[in-house]
Amino acid sequence: MMERRLWREASFDLTGKILRINWLYVLLLCALAGVGYTALYSAAGGAVEPYAGRHALRFCIGLAIMMCVALIDIRLIARLSWVAYAGGLALLIAVLRMGHVGKGAQRWIELGGLQLQPSELMKIALVLALASWFHKASWERIGNPLFLIPPIAAILLPVGLILKEPNLGTAVITAMIGASVLFAAGVRWWKFVLVALPVPFAAQLAYHHLHDYQRARIDTFMHPENDPLGAGYNILQSKIALGSGGMWGKGFLQGTQGHLDFLPEKQTDFIFTMIGEEFGLVGAWCVMGLLALIVLGGMLIALRCRNQFGRLVALGISFNFFMYVFVNIAMVMGAIPVGGVPLPLVSHGGSAMLTVMLGFGVLMSVHVHRDVEFEGTGDDR
Amino acid sequence: MRRETKRTGVFTRRALLLMGGQAAVLGTMAARLYQVQVVEGGRYATLANENRISARMIAPPRGRILDRFGTPLAGSRINWRALLISEQATDVKATLDAFSRIVPLTEYERVRIDREMHRHRHFIPVMVREFLSWEDMAAIEVNAPDLPGILVDVGTTRIYPYSDRLAHVIGYVAPPNEADVADDPLLALPGLRIGRAGMEKYHDLSLRGRPGAVQLEVNAVGRVIRELDRQEGVQGDDIGLTIDAGLQEAVITLLGEESASAVVMDCRNGEVLAMATNPGFDPTAFNSGVSQAQWAEWTSDRRTPLINKATSGLYAPGSTFKMAVALAALESKAVGINDRIECPGYLDLGDTRFHCWRKGGHGMLDVHGGLKNSCDVFFYEAARRTGIDKVAAMANRLGLGVELELDLPGQRTGLIPTREWRMAAGHPWNIGDTIVSGIGQGYIQVTPLQLATYTARLASGRNVQPHLTRSLAGVVQPGALAEDWPALDLPDKALRMVREGMWAVVNEQGGTAPLAKLADPKVQLAGKTGSAQVRRVSREMRESGTFDSAKLPWEYRPHALFVAFAPYDAPRYAVAVVIEHGNAGAAAAAPLAKDIMTETLQRDPANRTEPLGAKLADAKP
Repeated sequence: MMERRLWREASFDLTGKILRINWLYVLLLCALAGVGYTALYSAAGGAVEPYAGRHALRFCIGLAIMMCVALIDIRLIARLSWVAYAGGLALLIAVLRMGHVGKGAQRWIELGGLQLQPSELMKIALVLALASWFHKASWERIGNPLFLIPPIAAILLPVGLILKEPNLGTAVITAMIGASVLFAAGVRWWKFVLVALPVPFAAQLAYHHLHDYQRARIDTFMHPENDPLGAGYNILQSKIALGSGGMWGKGFLQGTQGHLDFLPEKQTDFIFTMIGEEFGLVGAWCVMGLLALIVLGGMLIALRCRNQFGRLVALGISFNFFMYVFVNIAMVMGAIPVGGVPLPLVSHGGSAMLTVMLGFGVLMSVHVHRDVEFEGTGDDR
Repeated sequence: MRRETKRTGVFTRRALLLMGGQAAVLGTMAARLYQVQVVEGGRYATLANENRISARMIAPPRGRILDRFGTPLAGSRINWRALLISEQATDVKATLDAFSRIVPLTEYERVRIDREMHRHRHFIPVMVREFLSWEDMAAIEVNAPDLPGILVDVGTTRIYPYSDRLAHVIGYVAPPNEADVADDPLLALPGLRIGRAGMEKYHDLSLRGRPGAVQLEVNAVGRVIRELDRQEGVQGDDIGLTIDAGLQEAVITLLGEESASAVVMDCRNGEVLAMATNPGFDPTAFNSGVSQAQWAEWTSDRRTPLINKATSGLYAPGSTFKMAVALAALESKAVGINDRIECPGYLDLGDTRFHCWRKGGHGMLDVHGGLKNSCDVFFYEAARRTGIDKVAAMANRLGLGVELELDLPGQRTGLIPTREWRMAAGHPWNIGDTIVSGIGQGYIQVTPLQLATYTARLASGRNVQPHLTRSLAGVVQPGALAEDWPALDLPDKALRMVREGMWAVVNEQGGTAPLAKLADPKVQLAGKTGSAQVRRVSREMRESGTFDSAKLPWEYRPHALFVAFAPYDAPRYAVAVVIEHGNAGAAAAAPLAKDIMTETLQRDPANRTEPLGAKLADAKP
């Protein structure tokens, strides 16, 4: 009790909070951004402009945002979860109404000169909303199917809106993030099995309702060699770039596939390929190791946290990051269909960077407030 | 707190499970990366190189053709040209439209470009326009951003300094056709030409050379970033001809406007010093395709400019054939060295009367007199006594009516009739056919080159073969020495008698060709006239007494022929002249032959070239 009270007082002590920030984790993020800077310097043909310099600037802004969010009291964040969720939904609806069309889909809106992808924000908001819902729930209540209806609806609503954009990849990722929070919260095993069973059939059905470009993407993923100069070109050239990099790579600024423009979108989606080509398997594995450490760090923050809300939020955000990493790297290796998912903190792109750093800010807030216990920590009241 | 612990325990377990799953996924991806980058790395490395490295062949410079003194007869000149690589053009039509605004393209050219683009693979450059001026070339370079796929390239084009004066010997080059490209992919290179006639065709493979190759690094849109490797091609070999370009030019000038042909040959080794055919044509016209109008002009000209009359013009040899008849008769002893034959002006055979060209006849003549006077009756009788087969065999030995070992494509064989040949055609051989063969008429047909060879063999007594190639890549080829050629094995006395007869034609009082006598009294020319009828002269016309072939329309007049060698006492050069429809050998061809021989002796080209000249200067004929 003493400790708890102490904490209530200390929670408003700025110095204390700053000391509680996980600086090692911040260092990891800086290292990843450094990898991005290096790769983007190469992608520009050995120049700071136009990618690397802006990347560094954005990361600094992102870092500042992250620090600010980290210092916000976790209880305030918990209280504002549903507000954030409602705001995310509003933005998603706005993007459907007046979003910019890219590759046959409405995906971003202009907000004060910034291109904003509401679906990215929505993922964080969804994690917050679900965490706050389960924060108060006891093991028994979670066992009650009726109790699960609101959170499932909370997942399906944004997923449906994202599907309508249409952006199948992000919709699936969003659904999986929601599922990960539900899973960690203690929803019973068999319920997941029950939902997972009809998925193959649903996929069959969905395939017929997909947009042509989405179907083409899946088709070329299955048989990229059928169309080496068309839609399969990206996957093929990415694999050529990775494969020709070999064990040790062609050397910094020496990647032929990237520098001779055979590799498409090398500064965004295919930045990992560029790293693999120039620094080889060793370099690619090192970057993967760094990414894994960041995921691991997030999970450890979740495990270390003493309140259920913080645990679930940290897990959801880590899982979100993991999904970015998985989808991007699997995509450039040709293991899953190309989906336009960037590699966070490495790929060029402003809105993705800011959203990701916002997420890490929330994660860090969980860590700063790891010992705070607050209302509804498992007691059925 | 128990429930709290329960919930936390579940979270911890499931979080760890999730972490395990994540680790498994990342591990799988790491393994897959190993698979792509290391296990299959070699294959992808090859593909990456195929992406970036573009190998192109460089057309080698075509070898030159030189005369015997090294004067270029065919060479190369720089040629700016615009090429189109359709692969690199986003819109071929738009690119060509933009190009047309700088250098106008005709509809005909557009069709050709289109056709070539479909014929070749889309990364092979196709010629858009050749022979660009420097200004056009600069304009294209400046506008390069608007002309994707257009490439300015410097190539070479064939030039012929002697143009139509040597066209039939040198031949010409033309763009290769599909069959040629199938044989040798090198020919698909733009601007490459293939020898289509003459020396260009005969020595095409030597002249062509070996192609070089460049390896270029290109980016995804095909722009060349840098050159990785370059192997220069090997230039084609230079071909040295036996021709003396100066003499050739002089001979052509002497032929003037006539439709005529003249061959100057070295008697001792068969080197052709001049092979003139009038009129000629401009061989560069074939370089980029002959226009229809040009083609029509050539083919409708009755003087047949495209035909090399020296090797494929067929003419009855007329009286120039008489040396062959005389030699056959002497060798077979049908006519003895001292035998005389009487010429009353005609020879009756059954109901047919064969006339001598001189109405009153020549009286008693031996071989010497027969040749000197070109007496027809003497040779009717000599041929009758010898028999056609022996006459034909002798003519063949002397190079008439046989295929010569000439290194120039397209020669015709001509014909010396035999019994066997006539019977194979289903007709009996009449004695009358033998009689007219005795004066080189009837079925007999020979080329001017054969006449020159025949004269050279008579003069040297060696079985020389005419040839035009003297050196290949600077190495003198066999055949340049007199010793390379075997003796003909003719009876010495008979040969001397025939030569004396030819000497008398020009130099003795009453010979038929006094106009061929050389101005220099120290050097003497021996020769023989000939007139070949192209239309049978009927008895009525002859007996009307008013017949004059000079009044006939051009195409019915007889051809005028003259063969000669000089110097008489040590023969070096043989000349054969045929003037189509020149009417009379003595009047038209003989003075021309004399002028040609004078020109040749003044230049004495054979004695100015190593190694032959030095060796032969002292040699006895």
